[in-house]
Amino acid sequence: MNAYVMLGVFQTTQKLRASLRRLSRAGLPPLDLQMQFLRRGRCPRSVALSRKVHVGADGSRSSPAAAPQRLPFSRVTVEDLAVFRKILPGRVITDPDLVQSSNEDWLKSVRGSSEVLLRPQTTQEVSQILSYCNSRNLAVNPQGGNTGLVGGSVPVYDEIILSTSFMKNILSFDNISGILTCQAGCVLENLVLYLEERDYIMPLDLGAKGSCQIGGNVATNAGGLRLLRYGSLHGTVLGLEVVLADGQVLDCLSTLRKDNTGYDLKQLFIGSEGTLGVITAVSILCPRKPKSINVVFLGCETFDQLLKTFQLCKGMLGEILSAFEFLDSECMRLLNTHLKLPNPISDCPFYIVIETSGSDSKHDSQKLHNFLEEAMTSLLVTDGTVATEDSKIKALWSMRERITEALTHDGFTYKYDISLPVERIYQLMTDMRQHLGNRARSVVGYGHVGDGNLHLNITSSARDPALLASIEPFVYEWTARFHGSISAEHGLGLKKRNYIYYSKSGPAVALMGNIKTLLDPKGILNPYKTLPDDLK
Amino acid sequence: MRVIDYAVKIRVKPDNSGVVTDGVKHSMNPFCEIAVEEAVKLKEKKLVKEVVAVSCGPQQSQETIRTALAMGADRGIYVEVSGKDYESLGPLQVSKIMAALAKKEEAQLIILGKQAIDDDCNQTGQMTAALLDWPQGTFASEVSLDGDNVKVVREIDGGLETIRINTPAVLTADLRLNTPRYATLPNIMKAKKKKIANVKPADLGVDLTSRLEVLRVDEPPQRQAGMKVETVEDLVAKLKDAGRV
Repeated sequence: MNAYVMLGVFQTTQKLRASLRRLSRAGLPPLDLQMQFLRRGRCPRSVALSRKVHVGADGSRSSPAAAPQRLPFSRVTVEDLAVFRKILPGRVITDPDLVQSSNEDWLKSVRGSSEVLLRPQTTQEVSQILSYCNSRNLAVNPQGGNTGLVGGSVPVYDEIILSTSFMKNILSFDNISGILTCQAGCVLENLVLYLEERDYIMPLDLGAKGSCQIGGNVATNAGGLRLLRYGSLHGTVLGLEVVLADGQVLDCLSTLRKDNTGYDLKQLFIGSEGTLGVITAVSILCPRKPKSINVVFLGCETFDQLLKTFQLCKGMLGEILSAFEFLDSECMRLLNTHLKLPNPISDCPFYIVIETSGSDSKHDSQKLHNFLEEAMTSLLVTDGTVATEDSKIKALWSMRERITEALTHDGFTYKYDISLPVERIYQLMTDMRQHLGNRARSVVGYGHVGDGNLHLNITSSARDPALLASIEPFVYEWTARFHGSISAEHGLGLKKRNYIYYSKSGPAVALMGNIKTLLDPKGILNPYKTLPDDLK
Repeated sequence: MRVIDYAVKIRVKPDNSGVVTDGVKHSMNPFCEIAVEEAVKLKEKKLVKEVVAVSCGPQQSQETIRTALAMGADRGIYVEVSGKDYESLGPLQVSKIMAALAKKEEAQLIILGKQAIDDDCNQTGQMTAALLDWPQGTFASEVSLDGDNVKVVREIDGGLETIRINTPAVLTADLRLNTPRYATLPNIMKAKKKKIANVKPADLGVDLTSRLEVLRVDEPPQRQAGMKVETVEDLVAKLKDAGRV
C-alpha cells in the first residue's frame, strides 16, 4: 500500500517536472492541461487532500503534504533515557503534559508523538546527545521557538525534541563593528532589547519576535520586515557554530566581515531547516539604531497605483526606506472585526505601510514630506497618516503585524507564502478569489510587496478537505507558471516538502539529496522535512 | 502639552536631579490628545465656532501644536517658555497662562487633559477654573454641550457622576472620553498653512516663579529576578536556605 502511494507521488512529480520543462520551452499551455497531467498520475482511490493531525498510519495518504510512513529509526528505551539524564541532569523531560506543547506547532495544525524533550545548555551537551543518537539510530527534531509555519519545528512521529531554549547566553558584542555573537536559543526580542541599550538593532524583524529564537531564524533563513533594507541572513550572518549529525562540532563562528578562505560552509546551514546540522551559536552583523524613524500608512485605489507608489518611494526615499509592506481591504476587515483595531484612515482597497530609518530627523521629515506631497498631488494615494512617536509607530505597525493573529480568530487558516514578479502579485489574489467563489470564508493578501513576497491566506470555519483540494495544487501551479517560489521565506518543513519541484529542478533537488546524505548518512536530523519523499 | 512619549523607557539623570530628556522622543500628552479630539468633535457638530490649540514650552512644543492643527484645530498659540523657566514650569504657572489667554481670547470652553503623564499632578484644570472663577467638569468621560451649559459625566471612584455646569467652563478629559483620530495626510498638509501665534508669558502679565523646589528624583527600586527550580525538593531546600520555611 505504501509503495503504491509513494509511486503515485513519484509519478505525479515526474509528470509535473515533465510538464514544467515543456512550459519553459514552448510557452504557456492552458492551466487545465497541467491539471490533467496531475490527475492521471494520482491514485485511483478517492483523493481526500486532508492535512490530518498524524497520530499514526491511516488510509488517506495520497496528499503530498501528509506525513510519509515512519522510517525505521530506533525507539527510545529506558537505557537511552538514563544516558540522556547523565548528559543533561534535570533537563530531560518525559512528562507527557510537559512534552505536549513542544509536539504541536504554533498554528495547531500538526502534532507529533514524541515522548522525550531534551534541553541542553552548551554546545558540548548537544554534541554528546547527537553523537549518542547517531550511534543508536534515534531520530532528532531540533526546535527553537516553535513559531514555524510549515510544520518543520515539531516531530512527525516519536523523534526526540532537541530544544535550544536553555542556550540563551549572549557571548560577545563588539561596539565598533556591531558584531553580535550569541547562543542559538536567544529569543529575537531579547537580542533587540540588548542591542537597543547599545544603540544597535537586529538586521531582521518579524511578528514572532517575542518567541522565535535566532538559531531557528537562521535555520529557516527568516526574511521579515527589514529585508528590504538590511538584506537576508545569508548576508548578515558572519559565522555559525553547528553540531553535525555524528556529534562533530563545526566551528565556523568567525566574526570577520570578509573571509575568502575556501568554501563558505555556513551558507549551507542557513535555511537548511535543521536537516544538515544543529546550529548552536550565531555571529551576526547588526546595524546602528536609526535616530529617526517614521512610519506612514497610506491608502490606494488600485494595485497598479500601489506599485507606482513603490517606484516613487524608491526614487524619493530610497536611502532611508526600511520597509514597504501592503495589506488589502479584507485584511483590514479582519483587523477591525476580530481585534477591534480601527482603520487609521478611510476605507481603501489597498493599504501600504512604509517605514523610513535615518540618522537625521529634519532631513528625513523633509524627504518624507516631499514624497507624500508628490504622492497625494499625483493622486497615487487617496489617504494616509504619518507617525513619528513610538506609541503611534507601534500602533501603525500592528495593523500589518497582527494580521496573522486576526486570521486565527477567523477560522481554520490555509497559509501560502509566495514569491512572484512584483507586478503579478495581486493577480494571484484575484484569480484565487474567482477560482474559489464562495467556498472559503475569507481570502486575504498581504506581505512584503517590496521583496515581491505575497502572504496569501484562506480561512474556512473548519478544516475543509474539499476547499484544500481547490486551493492546492492551483496555487502552486499558478506560481510555477510565472517562475515564482512556492515558499518565499517560510521554508518547506513538513507541509511543503513535496512541492519543491514547482520551484526547483530535478538535478538541483538531487544534489540537495547528495549533500544531505553526506552530512547525515543515517538521516536522523529532522527527518520527513524539507526534502521531498521521492529522494529516499 | 509635550511630554516624553509613553512608549519610551525613562532614565533618571546620574545626578538624580531629574529624568533624561535630551534626544528622547517626545509627543503630545495622551490626555491632551483626547482633549483636542473632543474639541474637534464639538466643532464638527457645529456646537463651537473655533478650536485654538495652546502649548507652553521650548521651541519643539510648536510640533505638538502642529499635531493638534492636523487633527482639526483651527489655529495655535505657542507660549514661549524655555531654560530655567521651563524646568520649573508646573501646574500653577500653566494655569495662570491659560487663565490669561482665556480672558484675552474670550474663550467659552477650556478643555485640558486630566493630568500630564510626566508629573501626574492633575492640578492644571482645577487651578485654571479657580483663577477664572469658572465651573469645572473634571475626569470627563462624556461631554454634551447644550446652549449655555454643559452636561458632564465624570469618572469617580464610586462610579459615574453626572453634573450640569454653565459656560464658560473648564473641562478635563479622562481616558474614555473618546479615541483620538489619526491625523490624515490631507489634514497634515492643510495644517502646515494654519497660523501659530507666538506669545511670551510677560506679554500676558504672568509671573512664572515657582514655589516648589525638586530635591531629588530616584528610580523605583529594581525588581529582583526570580529563580526557577527543577523539583519540589529543590524548592523546599531553597526556601529553607532563605530562612522562609
